[in-house]
Amino acid sequence: MNSGLRLFPEEASTQAPATDTLFLILMIVSAAIIILVVTLVITFSLRYRRGTKANRGPLRDIISREFEIGWTAGTCFLALFLFWWSGSADLSTLVPPRDAMEIHVVGKQWMWKTQHANGAREINALHVPVNEPVRLVMTSEDVIHSFYVPDFRIKRDVLPGRYTETWFNATKTGTYHLFCTQFCGTEHSRMIGEIVVMPKDEFSKWLHEQPQSADISKEGAALYASLGCASCHEGKSRVQAPRLAGVYGSAVHLRDGRIFTADDAYIRDAILEPDKHVVAGYEPLMPSFEGLVGDDEILRLTAYIRSLKGKGRAG
Amino acid sequence: MTDITVGQNPPKPAPVDAPAHSYLDTPSLWSWLATTEHKRIAILYAITVTFFFLIGSGAMAVIRLELMTPQADVVSDEAYNRLFTLHGVVMVWFFLIPSIPTIFGNFLIPLMIGAKDLAFPRLNLISWYLNLLGGLFVIYVLISGGVDTGWTFYTPYSTMFANGAVIAAAAGVFFAGFSSIATGINFIATIHMLRTKGMTWFRLPLFVWAMYAVSLVFILATPVLAITLVLISAERYFGLPIFDPANGGDPLLFQHLFWFYSHPAVYIMILPAMGVVSEVITCFARRKVFGYTFMVYALVAIAAISFFVWGHHMFVSGMSPYAGLVFSLLSFVVAVPSAIKVFNWTGTLFRGQITFEAPMLYALGFLGLFTVVGLTGLFLASIPIDVHVHDTYFVIAHFHYIMVGGSLSALYAALHFWWPKITGKMYPESWARFAAIMMFFGFNFTFFPQFILGYLGMPRRYHVYPPEFQALHVISSTGASVLAAAYLLPILYLTWSLFTHRNAPNNPWNATGLEWQTTSPPPPENFTRPPVVNKEPYDYEEDRDPDRPANPQLAGAGS
Amino acid sequence: MSSVSVDDTALPVAEPAVPEAWDTIEEEQEAASFGMWLFLATEMLFFGGLFLCYTVYRFTHADGFLAGARATDVKLGTINTVILLTSSLTMVMAVQGGRLGLRGLVWRCLAATAVLGAAFLAVKGYEWSQDLSRHLFPKAHFAIAECGASMFWALYWVMTGLHGIHLTIGVVIVTRLAWLMRGLTSLKIPDLITIGLYWHFVDTIWIFLYPLLYLSGRAP
Repeated sequence: MNSGLRLFPEEASTQAPATDTLFLILMIVSAAIIILVVTLVITFSLRYRRGTKANRGPLRDIISREFEIGWTAGTCFLALFLFWWSGSADLSTLVPPRDAMEIHVVGKQWMWKTQHANGAREINALHVPVNEPVRLVMTSEDVIHSFYVPDFRIKRDVLPGRYTETWFNATKTGTYHLFCTQFCGTEHSRMIGEIVVMPKDEFSKWLHEQPQSADISKEGAALYASLGCASCHEGKSRVQAPRLAGVYGSAVHLRDGRIFTADDAYIRDAILEPDKHVVAGYEPLMPSFEGLVGDDEILRLTAYIRSLKGKGRAG
Repeated sequence: MTDITVGQNPPKPAPVDAPAHSYLDTPSLWSWLATTEHKRIAILYAITVTFFFLIGSGAMAVIRLELMTPQADVVSDEAYNRLFTLHGVVMVWFFLIPSIPTIFGNFLIPLMIGAKDLAFPRLNLISWYLNLLGGLFVIYVLISGGVDTGWTFYTPYSTMFANGAVIAAAAGVFFAGFSSIATGINFIATIHMLRTKGMTWFRLPLFVWAMYAVSLVFILATPVLAITLVLISAERYFGLPIFDPANGGDPLLFQHLFWFYSHPAVYIMILPAMGVVSEVITCFARRKVFGYTFMVYALVAIAAISFFVWGHHMFVSGMSPYAGLVFSLLSFVVAVPSAIKVFNWTGTLFRGQITFEAPMLYALGFLGLFTVVGLTGLFLASIPIDVHVHDTYFVIAHFHYIMVGGSLSALYAALHFWWPKITGKMYPESWARFAAIMMFFGFNFTFFPQFILGYLGMPRRYHVYPPEFQALHVISSTGASVLAAAYLLPILYLTWSLFTHRNAPNNPWNATGLEWQTTSPPPPENFTRPPVVNKEPYDYEEDRDPDRPANPQLAGAGS
Repeated sequence: MSSVSVDDTALPVAEPAVPEAWDTIEEEQEAASFGMWLFLATEMLFFGGLFLCYTVYRFTHADGFLAGARATDVKLGTINTVILLTSSLTMVMAVQGGRLGLRGLVWRCLAATAVLGAAFLAVKGYEWSQDLSRHLFPKAHFAIAECGASMFWALYWVMTGLHGIHLTIGVVIVTRLAWLMRGLTSLKIPDLITIGLYWHFVDTIWIFLYPLLYLSGRAP
């Protein structure tokens, strides 16, 4: 990043051009309207200033009625057109690609903790390969923060007690700003970091060089055993609990008739508030692990559960 | 005022005697503090509003000074955070929201509709004391070190993490809100029930319609803010878990509740300004407003639609994206009535007899700046762009264009336009025109660079920032010093004018409107006889001959 | 204009002092009533925010929320409902008495209204002390473990607290009015209509609060 006077951010992701095109269209529309209004105001101010000999008769009806209706309708159409354009652009980026690389992000006062799927951790930084979709699953340990990378044109708040998601596909190598952009306390303006986009081979090298605290799903397996989950969810136990092989991403039928997708949020609820979504055919017997597992551990357990493949279900 | 020669500016008014009997007589302190007379209450509000304007501006000055450099030079992180919170809280609730309604609404509504006072005069005084009480809480917050949550009080930061006088700040805002509810009730009842004979709804000046629309928003939106403040105070003081995620609470629920009020609140800040601009442009173009009916419906439509767009503050919050699309659509739609108003004001200039007194300069400046606002609103309504610029300087630039470029310009237009009526004195015209032009340029230098800063990614509420943003910040801060001078200058010469002998005639601008048909300043009972109306508003059409003054909107003059 | 009234206390009836803005007392009454309706609209939105919170948490944490709801004291709640509804009856009688010029009826019914309102507050105070002794204040040592129950009880305290504050203000105003009505004040003052509206509103809020706070989660 240079420190000269920049007037426009870099376009470093697949989403940036769409945002910038929309921005450009709006700039053109705005410029046209401003030029129109300013020209009319100046022209009228000069031509009709007191004392000039311009025609000042009453307005013809076509002007006072049809023009009014005309520019009202025109503005309406413009507004709807712009909504359609921007709404489509938004919808097309709502769902991340299926094969996106998953990164877990935890925001806390006043730092960002990121973790790769293989366990590599970073503080206030994130290394990613170029031209690969990256999905961010994020939460906060305390207050609301917001994960913002201007050069990618992405931003999403991170909330305590919940997961939020966003994704990007970086198209240019380089180092880009990461800002926290929801006021979070004293050092809010110092909660900044870097996104480092590297060519794919360099990224693989970098990833393997990271101190691996084991694949987080292996850590999750260890937790699964130590917390005693297997005693109900595996094997033949007196207490019937749903089997978890292949459950991640599948449709779960609940006792009250609703159908949920077993995603990260569902698994988190199942661990912390098991009575909230009881599965059809089972009793609400699972104890809550509220206070016994932290957010980090839930991420590991989720990664482990995700890794359990089963017959006939989405893997 | 009949001797106007074609081609020249109106000559200086002939020396006029002050009226024998005006509302400014009997200046004992008690008669002012216990008054129920609407014009005096307007002056009381003018004093408190100006006081808080100076406090909020002081905070702004320190902020802009600090932002000249990327690192922390002037204040600490904590202090900076408390300064921008103070700036926001004071400017929003103790300056902008009261300003035009409580000063000019209170003063002018009974005059413009031909009444003796508002419907509930004692309630009017109570609302000033409520505002004062809220202000005292804010002064307490200031003295005790401040609060750093931002004017938006987001949870769980404000309820569980912030140190500082959050509850006192919330109480201050609560009472200010209560005050505005009382004002809204008073205005609605007055406009419904106290219009003089012949003043039908569609003969009301657009300023009165704007006050009516704003009062509807006051009474329907502010209570939601009130309960939200009660809830965060209860959570903070009693530890009741309302927005606490650990107990099942939802911080987003706070945001929905907060923005349900705070979006209409920004329209509270602009609707009165629109009313002022309609009065000023029609007077100095000497033409009736283009499309009066559309203007009325646009005001009411803006007030109504404003209640349904709050989610555009929450596109990145984790709210459902489908809800986001609905809010985006409605946010685009709300631009339409505002655009109608801009086109109609421009159309009012067409075939007019335009002169460029200071109020008109401010109003024309408003026209340009408000157009920029409306257009940048379209940027923010479109979700992909908002995702990029939310919580950046782009948003700061947008809302300052509205509030400072829009509302504050209109406030200064109103101040100059009605100064003769309120004080009975004329202000110095050349100084006023100079200040208006200086303000326009200073304003654009301050805030236009911030659009660029925002798109570059500079976040808001940042005390320190990466060095590549510095150049634009320096331009902005320089502009801010010019802007500050441009705002102080009128305060100085207007105060000076009070001590001169340049008394104002009843109708220095030859304007239509009932307030100009009584003395400057008016007597306590406003009119010696209740006026009767038989003409449309802004009936300047007959003044095609600049030598002839406009017909007042009056069958039998009351003065 | 004079007002003829038939009353049993044989006190002279004073002419109402009409503020300058209004030409007749009827206009003043109409204005006061209009103003009070506008104020009640704001109060509806004020409590509406609370009802919104209730609705959201009722659905996002249904089981725990309703478990919390089952812990309220339905007996005391029902007694209070009867008290408050009766007070609305006495208030209606007072307002109607004002229209018919029956001074004795007016001040006695106003006094009864105030007494019933105070009785409500007394029962509520007793109920609160019981709730506190059962550890139903959602802080440390909260009685119910399920997630969501503390949200119910947080809203319970805020809702009943705010309702109580509004009722207290009402009791004070009604008491003062009852006192004034015994004396020389005209029966046609707008205060009677406006306080009547306010009282009925406070009662209506309770009519919403009662099922939300006492009947939730109790259906078989």
